[in-house]
Amino acid sequence: MSQTPMSPSSAKNVIVTDGFQLHEDDRSAMLTQRDHYEQPQAACIEALKIVQRRHGWVPDGAIVAIAETLGIGAGEVEGVATFYSLIFRQPVGRHVILLCDSSSCFLTGYEPLSLALSERIGIRFGQTTADGRFTLLPVCCLGACDRGPAMMIGDDTFGPIGVDDLDELLEAYQ
Amino acid sequence: MKAIPKDSRLRYHCQLRQSVEERHADTHPLTWRLREDGARVGYQEYCAKEGYQGAMLSLKECTPDDVINTMKQANVRGRGGAGFSAGVKWGLTQAGGNLPRGYLICNADEMEPGTFKDRLLMEQQPHLLIEGMIIAGYANRSRYGYIFLRGEYVEAAHALALAIEEARQAGLLGNDIAGSGFDFDIAVHTGAGRYICGEETALINSLEGKRANPRAKPPFPGQSGAWGKPTVVNNVETLCNVPSVMQRGADWYQGLSGGLTEDGGTKLYGVSGLVQRPGLWELPIGTSGREIIERAGGMRQGHTLKAWLPGGGSTGFLLPEHLELPMDFDTIGNHGSRMGTGLIAVVSQRQSLLSLLRNLEQFFARESCGWCTPCRDGLPWTVKLLLALERGEGKPGDIEILEQHTKDLGSGLTFCAHAPGAMMPLETALKHFRGEFEAGVAQPTLAGVS
Repeated sequence: MSQTPMSPSSAKNVIVTDGFQLHEDDRSAMLTQRDHYEQPQAACIEALKIVQRRHGWVPDGAIVAIAETLGIGAGEVEGVATFYSLIFRQPVGRHVILLCDSSSCFLTGYEPLSLALSERIGIRFGQTTADGRFTLLPVCCLGACDRGPAMMIGDDTFGPIGVDDLDELLEAYQ
Repeated sequence: MKAIPKDSRLRYHCQLRQSVEERHADTHPLTWRLREDGARVGYQEYCAKEGYQGAMLSLKECTPDDVINTMKQANVRGRGGAGFSAGVKWGLTQAGGNLPRGYLICNADEMEPGTFKDRLLMEQQPHLLIEGMIIAGYANRSRYGYIFLRGEYVEAAHALALAIEEARQAGLLGNDIAGSGFDFDIAVHTGAGRYICGEETALINSLEGKRANPRAKPPFPGQSGAWGKPTVVNNVETLCNVPSVMQRGADWYQGLSGGLTEDGGTKLYGVSGLVQRPGLWELPIGTSGREIIERAGGMRQGHTLKAWLPGGGSTGFLLPEHLELPMDFDTIGNHGSRMGTGLIAVVSQRQSLLSLLRNLEQFFARESCGWCTPCRDGLPWTVKLLLALERGEGKPGDIEILEQHTKDLGSGLTFCAHAPGAMMPLETALKHFRGEFEAGVAQPTLAGVS
């Protein structure tokens, strides 16, 4: 894997992969982030999140675009993108459900909730509904253990959630 | 489409279960400023409640070494779970001399199963953390501070961003803080998932924009951490202890535990699981497990206590007979477990310990970074064996293989503490609840014999 930083001039010849074009606002947001750290690579997780905020996920072409923007190797960016669970390298639904499956939620009703939720939206962990509405993912302890079982939908945290609460909860996310 | 209202019972709000009447400045240094309604304590209110006095005192009347010495005398031990002396850790950044100014990192990557304390401190009282970081930054001659916050803590990110801006406006962050000549600023760095980021050196790699694999030690981060500079990583609660130590002194801090233990200060203790009132309390460090669980109203109707995890998924199971022990680092450590984060999870007699253990090991297997083989391969193997035992399909010898894992994945044989931590609940479950394992070994049958 090449470790050689790209020269600044190469940014002018951005390789457009899969039709991905980096939004100018996102590019400048990445450069702002870069200045928070001693080395540009530190901004790459935030850069991935910037792309994800606009597109919902990180397409292949974004990897190259981030690498060129920060002057680091695309392999480095891909290595990071595939390591972290909240960076999505494939399309996700409009609402990502993060269901906490750690011990305190497990002790307070995670398993029946998980089964009911899967049945209700018709998908298992790692899948997206056919209508693109929900993606279901497991998540590490959400730090809501005093009110388990807990989950997040998008940026919202809920708990305790009983099986009977699911209809009301899901209805709010179309 | 009907949006979920802000005040819906379904929404999660963290809340301390102690009223304002119970909390006082000289007995509850972490929480006395918190409001009854749980709303964020803003800059004005924080200052009106003695806020930033510890920082002013430190910057204007102490040398960095004075601060480190006070922290050592107070014996503030790391609240992230390891219990290492914060003062000793801080002393490392200057050991040997002539080191460049480095970084202070607040570990706010709270993901230990069963732990929900740092969330409260950041959401409701971000200025206490910022004040602690200013003092820690000063003591360590740090040039910059990062709060490494897990990405899911959206509300905490919002509260911290507001508070940092307020502090900057007030001249408490930036150049020449309050005329002291000390320059220091803070940025929030949000993570993108993965439990391993909470491991000190993995966190530094993650901050640098790399995969969160741990680093070999030595060198310790205090000498060579982020970008090769001296780096101190402290937990949120640890840093929140600093302002009151500097304001009221090491003797006062030591006295807070009231002779319950040799450790000083208070601790945010909590309980989750099938208790009447799960929640969070600030109590003298060394309070017994029994008192903490009584605060939670005891077990729910129809349930009795079978076992408890004293402070997270990577601590060992304790029994009802251990409830009288003071919850401090050394005592719990001497009884086959660790205090860890101090947030208790209770297991009911009506719950399968084997199933809970399987859940814990699934967590650790999934969250292994994969860097070293014992952890990467050993943890999934334990999950496979536990699943079989849970279904009653275990084979003779499975229990012995699990026992072997507790040795092969133990301390010193892996790159970091992830796998050894995962082995603590397994080892203690084998010790205390062997019958549940044995019941999972399938009896020989004549199947296949025709």
